[in-house]
Amino acid sequence: MAVATGKSFASRFGVHIAVFIFVAIWTIPTLGILVSSLRDKDQIIASGWWNSFASSTQTEAGRLPPASAQVEKDGKFVLEGNIFGDDPARDISAFGVKSSAPTQYPAGTTADLGDGETLQLNADGSFVMTSTKPFEGERGQRVYYASSAPPKFTTDNYNTVLFSEGIGRSFMNSLTVTIPATVIPILIAAFAAYALAWMRFPGRALLIAVIIGLLVVPLQMSLIPLLKLYNGVGSFFGVPSKTYLGIWLAHTGFGLPFAIYLLRSYIAGLPREIMESARIDGASDFEIFVKIVLPLSFPVLASFAIFQFLWVWNDLLVAMVFLGTEGDQIVLTAKLNALLGSRGGDWEILTTSAFITIVVPLVVFFSLQRYFVRGLLAGSVKGG
Amino acid sequence: MAAQIFSAIFVIVVGVGGCVAYFWGANKLVDVIFPSRGVAGAAAIDNLRRQGMIRPWLFVGPAMIILTIYLIYPVVETLRLSFLDRGGNNFVGFANYEWAFGDREFRNAIFNNIIWLAVVPAACTFLGLIIAVLTDKIWWGTIAKSLIFLPLAISFVGASVIWKFIYEYRGEGQTQIGLLNAIIQYFGGQPQVWISLPFWNNFFLMIILIWIQTGFAMVILSSALRGIPEETLEAAVIDGANPFQIFWKIMVPQIWGTIAVVWTTITILVLKVFDIVLTMTNGQWNSQVLANLMFDWMFRGGGDFGRGATIAIIIMIAVIPIMIWNIRQANKETGGH
Repeated sequence: MAVATGKSFASRFGVHIAVFIFVAIWTIPTLGILVSSLRDKDQIIASGWWNSFASSTQTEAGRLPPASAQVEKDGKFVLEGNIFGDDPARDISAFGVKSSAPTQYPAGTTADLGDGETLQLNADGSFVMTSTKPFEGERGQRVYYASSAPPKFTTDNYNTVLFSEGIGRSFMNSLTVTIPATVIPILIAAFAAYALAWMRFPGRALLIAVIIGLLVVPLQMSLIPLLKLYNGVGSFFGVPSKTYLGIWLAHTGFGLPFAIYLLRSYIAGLPREIMESARIDGASDFEIFVKIVLPLSFPVLASFAIFQFLWVWNDLLVAMVFLGTEGDQIVLTAKLNALLGSRGGDWEILTTSAFITIVVPLVVFFSLQRYFVRGLLAGSVKGG
Repeated sequence: MAAQIFSAIFVIVVGVGGCVAYFWGANKLVDVIFPSRGVAGAAAIDNLRRQGMIRPWLFVGPAMIILTIYLIYPVVETLRLSFLDRGGNNFVGFANYEWAFGDREFRNAIFNNIIWLAVVPAACTFLGLIIAVLTDKIWWGTIAKSLIFLPLAISFVGASVIWKFIYEYRGEGQTQIGLLNAIIQYFGGQPQVWISLPFWNNFFLMIILIWIQTGFAMVILSSALRGIPEETLEAAVIDGANPFQIFWKIMVPQIWGTIAVVWTTITILVLKVFDIVLTMTNGQWNSQVLANLMFDWMFRGGGDFGRGATIAIIIMIAVIPIMIWNIRQANKETGGH
């Protein structure tokens, strides 16, 4: 491959730059939600996440104390204090008294408000307002100011989302759905794959063709009849129609064609001599399968397990149809979809929830990438 | 939550144990009913033959039953339902199909699906191929590939949230916290509500799928590229071919079969695309696609199974050519093995 490279420095440098740009485009979106999920929720809307390490500036409004707080000094009426109260964690850069010009005066200057009134607001939030006439009224002067706060990172969002938004529960539900829906098809498919690869029986070729045909049948074809079937079974036996058992079987059914196809092509490739010598030694098909085929097939079983795990964990459609869109049983993807509707603009909730839903697949993926890639290659290149 | 964990573990053990018990027990039963050991010669051979007839069906039986219930029966039933009314009671002939082709939303979905089909497989394959070639030439190519591959592990819903955050629009005077609008603003442009711009919003949704699937194309094509014999590349270099000629005239023709596989795999995925549209727009602003429309009709106003089934059949019709091609390929390859 190296021979195809241009040898000049410029072209090799160009390759590095190009790959770097691709990597940036492919990672920055995910980085965005990770960083945002760790930010303070007020800062998320105050500045872009790429600025999260800089101080964030936001324009706020406050009110000075009412007239009752005034003191008379040198013939003038004065109001003094700090606009932040006891928590002066921010810096004011400018202020104003009209909402149309919230940053009219730089911090520290004395603004002439007309009518004999002046207002001075300092960077630390302390203010002095004076007037030649006594202040009146229950409501104090409204003040606008631009303040900047230092970057603030927190895990509060995770606490909120996991324990009060119901994501923690959905996380458990996702595990409850995913683990059996991964293990059951492996067992069933492995036996079928062995029979299709090494046992002789009439109709075998037809069965293989049917399975390859079913590989591409869209899920949509199954939804309505199965929904009717489940509702029918549910009302006939007086049991709920949306159950974990129902979704396990559904995922098993939808995963089986690929499982059988993938395992069969691997098991068919195992050396014939091993099988035959075992048979001569008097081993039955069951013994050959359990003692020889299963251990030898470990890599392909792992590949399929990862596929099925990721597919079930990430699935939304099957979960929405067979477990519903609300209630105690809903899985992470459905929960996230519901939050998108109900908490549309609350990015601290959405980014945190999204990160929780993707963290398990990412861990599985990174730790078992080798098997995953092997499965991809076997599943698509060999048979096509 | 502890109760939930226990019940989950219990059910996992029962489910998996049940499977194991079935396979083991059924086998044992065959051995007991038709013993091949400890009986006279002729009877043993007879029983062995009977075992050989029965045992394969024990192995494929559970798979066949589940496939029949979950895939084969539904295909037939969906076809039947598409000729029935909304409750599935009365025969209505082709009325659902007539409705579909006259329906504005359905036609919009077909139109959008065609754009998706034209853009996404091509973009994924093309980008995947470029990245595969480029990353092969640098020392940190493996890390780069891992990172580009990573979105494949992310759910469509998760990816939708990730990209919705990028496309986020905030009203005038507010800080743009969406990356795209911030960049546009930085260069002096006008921030937009990207996902509600009719027609163009389709492309913003497609970007999400391309972002997810490019890694898939890259991995498969990268392995195919490695399979190209060195000699053909060396010969081309000696003959004075430039890198572009080598790419287009030597490398691409040799991996044509793999490109076709990647293309069709992504095509099937695109036909079924649902989650992205549901979570981003739910088909509003002319961004509807067939799979989402079908889901919509399954539940809209208590559900119209006739129309839903009709839309499913139309997705199926688009898949059939690929299905036939697949079966033919497989038959050729196994050659009656």
